[in-house]
Amino acid sequence: MCNTCGCNVTPGNEHLVKGDGKLSTTEHGNESVTVLKNLLSENDRQASHNREHFHKNGVLAINLMSSPGSGKTALLEATVESLGNEFNIAVIEGDLETENDAERIRSKGVPAIQITTGSACHLDAHMVHDAVHNLDLSALDIVFIENVGNLVCPASFDLGHHRNVTLLSVTEGDDKPAKYPVMFRASDLMLISKSDLLEYLDDFEPEKAERHLRDLANAAPAMTVSAKNSDGLSQWFDWIRAEYNKVKLPEPGFFEHVNS
Amino acid sequence: MLRLHGNCLAKYWKTETVHELSVCQSTVSQVEEIAAKHSATGVSLIKLQIGPLSGIETTLLQQAFHIAKAGTIAEDARLEIEELPVRVQCKSCHTETDASTNRLVCSQCGDWQTTIISGDEMLLASIELIK
Repeated sequence: MCNTCGCNVTPGNEHLVKGDGKLSTTEHGNESVTVLKNLLSENDRQASHNREHFHKNGVLAINLMSSPGSGKTALLEATVESLGNEFNIAVIEGDLETENDAERIRSKGVPAIQITTGSACHLDAHMVHDAVHNLDLSALDIVFIENVGNLVCPASFDLGHHRNVTLLSVTEGDDKPAKYPVMFRASDLMLISKSDLLEYLDDFEPEKAERHLRDLANAAPAMTVSAKNSDGLSQWFDWIRAEYNKVKLPEPGFFEHVNS
Repeated sequence: MLRLHGNCLAKYWKTETVHELSVCQSTVSQVEEIAAKHSATGVSLIKLQIGPLSGIETTLLQQAFHIAKAGTIAEDARLEIEELPVRVQCKSCHTETDASTNRLVCSQCGDWQTTIISGDEMLLASIELIK
């Protein structure tokens, strides 16, 4: 939802913009001002600015979200190992504390900026902006933003990225999309991770997880992958290549649909 | 390493890790901006519209509002939250129906391919200014 095209005027609030216009006087003589702006307008403004940075440099930005411990960093390590020669990759890491994840990524020969959020439960567009200015975007093709491990808060904040990827590890339960609908509804890809553990679990069905995703009216692809034994990773890499091409050679209308 | 010092108000918040406080602070700064533009001396009412698919918990938002408004022009403002229902329109039978947050399928024909018409709002609807 944005503040420019009028999509924030819904049947529930259109009476506010009709009638006497934007300004009216209340019975107490106070002035009433109709605003109809997203509560996170400030963040959204910064996110658009970040997106411009990415576009100007032809960089694909992917926001990775999941519970803590679902394997985001391991997936990124495997991704860097396989695609490192094909793309110039950088990673922005979000954690409450420590530089551990950034160090893991750097040891693979890729620049990584660690944001430690202290008590904040999510990354926002301003934090990502600071991190972006510590990267040479002109020398990059793809920036992965590893959000704070949390299935609730990160979903509400646009970072200026192009695509949301949500990981769901097989040890978490296949009904996670039903439990955290806001996050999974916003996903452009659901990665069912740690599939190497599937043989030890009798209560996780990838098909069920996908059905829960469809119940959220989300047509995003669902892929089952393991960073440990590389199962299914080739389809994830193909997805990245396809998304990179969309940013590099955008079809008309592509940018309007990103995060709308 | 970029280290954020966070907002000092966060330490008074009993559960530090909620995003409703960030949302509230952003709302209050928008309100301050509008109030200044209209040369208001105070703000009496802030009206929001929130849908459950926005990811905002309205009870937490009300609590966070007391922290966020302190010391601002909106210090004495009341926060009114209108909670909007989840409604979807089916892409195949075009019917508009109510839905629940984790089941956004068409309740008429059962198709999962629907469009949200209401329920993901997170809007500052209007404010009342004292002049």
